Amino acid sequence: MMTEEEARDVVIETLKNIAPEIAHEDLRHDRPLRYQVDLDSMDWLNFLLGLNKRLGIEIPESDYSRLITLDDVVDYLLSKVG
Amino acid sequence: MTRRLSYREAMREAMREALQNDPRVFLMGEDVGRYGGTYAFSKGFLDEFGPERIRDTPLSELGFVGAGIGAALGGLRPIVEVMTVNFSLLALDQIVNSAALLRHMSGGQFPVPLVIRMCTGAGRQLAAQHSHSFEGWYAHIPGIKVLAPATIEDARGMLAPALADPDPVVIFEHCGLFNVEGELPDNGDDCAVDIASAKVRRAGKDVAIITYGGCLPKALAAAETLAQDGISAEVLDLRVLRPLDDAAIAAAVAKCRRVVVVDENWKSGGLAAEIVARIVEHAFFELDAPVARVCAEEVPIPYAKHLEEAALPQPDKIVAAVKGLFA
Amino acid sequence: MIEFKLPSLGADMDEGTLLEWKVKPGDAVKKGQVIAVVDTAKAAVDVECWQEGRVHELVAAIGEKMPVGALMATLLAAGETAPRRLGAGEAAPAGPAAPPLRRLISPAARKHAQELGVELERIAGTGPHGAVTLEDVEKAAAVPAEPPAAPVPPPAAPAADKAAEMRKAIAAAMSRSKREIPHYYVAEDIPLARALAWLSAENARRPMADRLLPAALLLKAVARALQRYPELNGYWRDGGFVPGERINLGVAVSLRQGGLIAPALLDAAAKPLTQLMQELADLVQRTRTGSLKSSELNEATITVTNLGDQGSHGVFGVIYPPQVALVGFGRVAERPWVDADGGLKALPVVTASLAADHRVSDGHRGALFLRELAELLQHPEELNR
Repeated sequence: MMTEEEARDVVIETLKNIAPEIAHEDLRHDRPLRYQVDLDSMDWLNFLLGLNKRLGIEIPESDYSRLITLDDVVDYLLSKVG
Repeated sequence: MTRRLSYREAMREAMREALQNDPRVFLMGEDVGRYGGTYAFSKGFLDEFGPERIRDTPLSELGFVGAGIGAALGGLRPIVEVMTVNFSLLALDQIVNSAALLRHMSGGQFPVPLVIRMCTGAGRQLAAQHSHSFEGWYAHIPGIKVLAPATIEDARGMLAPALADPDPVVIFEHCGLFNVEGELPDNGDDCAVDIASAKVRRAGKDVAIITYGGCLPKALAAAETLAQDGISAEVLDLRVLRPLDDAAIAAAVAKCRRVVVVDENWKSGGLAAEIVARIVEHAFFELDAPVARVCAEEVPIPYAKHLEEAALPQPDKIVAAVKGLFA
Repeated sequence: MIEFKLPSLGADMDEGTLLEWKVKPGDAVKKGQVIAVVDTAKAAVDVECWQEGRVHELVAAIGEKMPVGALMATLLAAGETAPRRLGAGEAAPAGPAAPPLRRLISPAARKHAQELGVELERIAGTGPHGAVTLEDVEKAAAVPAEPPAAPVPPPAAPAADKAAEMRKAIAAAMSRSKREIPHYYVAEDIPLARALAWLSAENARRPMADRLLPAALLLKAVARALQRYPELNGYWRDGGFVPGERINLGVAVSLRQGGLIAPALLDAAAKPLTQLMQELADLVQRTRTGSLKSSELNEATITVTNLGDQGSHGVFGVIYPPQVALVGFGRVAERPWVDADGGLKALPVVTASLAADHRVSDGHRGALFLRELAELLQHPEELNR
């Protein structure tokens, strides 16, 4: 079991590996993530691979459309792990 | 089987062969007959070939070089020996204004198939009037070919193609080389070498030492010393001073990137200056260091042994010049 | 006697102030050892010595401001003994004139540095009078993580300077490109429905770590198309075109802190997609962490810039000299598309562009190249070889 807070921490930490310069207090969790952090497709793949490594979950490409905001990602993780 | 012989013997053999093979060939010069040659190059020739073909001349370079040109125009193949390049200045008018120009002035009708041999250089305590190196002056003149045999092979093999050349060829024999001995490769009866190209006498990669004639053994000695210090020197023997083998020079520069030109002429207006100029013209972007020269000091060559040695290029000077191209 | 002189520590440095000596007379000095700290106005820089020897005399004093090239210290080489000092009234021996203060660079070194895209200002010279030699350039080029567009700043330089240096390098390369290369541009909209469908199917059966990005497919297609249009792959050098021996795709990678580097995916045409994707991921990661190999920095024969799904509709790039072409991809997006049968559909489409050197190729061939690229992308399964 993972709480929402834990899931959010995992997401932010994984994100910081890709984009170390982000200040997470400036991130709007309810807005599209990739525009805010400037993640290109390689960064995005690496981000998802990071989550895959930490949590052992597969994220098929067909689910990409459900992963727009940071909140979306957290919800997705909880649904998969929870 | 190779044969071991001296530079003097090689040159003598080459002349004897030419005299035997071609009745048009004859030898003319001061003391070449009864005395056997100032440097004994033609010892025994008078007895073997007779006074028609081995002709002693008066001490008049202008006269007998001019006679040689006339004989060449008339269909013979003269070898004219001038005792030293210093004395050849007396014959300069005949060589530069006649021999070099007649084919040009006659619209190609009168080639001058003449070979002039002379001794050049210092190192034998013969004092200033017998010790200078003016081959660079001859290399300045269109219309003649200028050769500088520095090895036994070249001493033996350059004369035949020089005699076969339809134009005047001047051969400079450095007086310091006459007693040098070496191996002659066995090529059967044909000892002839090409008289168009420079040759790498020692392969190397860090610096190219470009030289010719009497400085070749010094350059090779320097290369040996440098090898002990971890510097791999290539030694390029120019062999032909006119026309220069530009491709070989450029190749050596491209390979080694550093160059020292060694020449017994003085630096000012000398042959080394010409070579450096060509390197800068053709291979500037290959250079990894300034080009250096080791030449004679700008003085008349002294008589005293220690001063004479000090005035000339020496292996240690070449080594120092090379090291100056590295940090 | 070895003279140790103040090296240039940046293109814009012409003087420095000695802050500290790290050695004293008599100390043995090894190649690469830091022997002094010098303030260059931008930063305090550890200055290394590139020769071996023993310190004979420290000529420069702490706090002294010196021009680049000024004598700082003398060293004795192994086996060398200290020369006798000249007494009063003794003349110094006549020798070659003191070397000029400007940077000495051998012609061969300058030419080679230009070919390799190595910045001469950053190279310590070991030749006569401290001249930069061919060997110095080769050594500098072999040091990894020194991108041509972004030379590594001296260790102490702060990030702002680093960014400024990179900006300067990009400025130099791009100005040269626009000054020297007569660019022409052609563009083509390429439908990607088949390619993306194939990728989705392919990715659905691959583990996440082996997932392919559209970028890999696009790069492979470019490499394949170049095989038929070799005049776009190579260099303009010494007034003529030199075709590339292999197809090494320079991949423009933007850095998070600004600026970009375009390291090469070597021999891209010959590699299967999975390998190409792995190498691309590895290359991007190493570009961003600054651990590229010199071959990746020097050997690109053409550049591909891919704005990706965050980018604009299309891009018309500036060729990276001495290359002769640059392929650009805009954002893949759904756009209206008229089918062969006249029907209108919404399809994923990408705008591919070519900027090429008119001295080497013409617009017609450039257009044919893009058509070939479009055709190749309609058969994605064939690109997976």
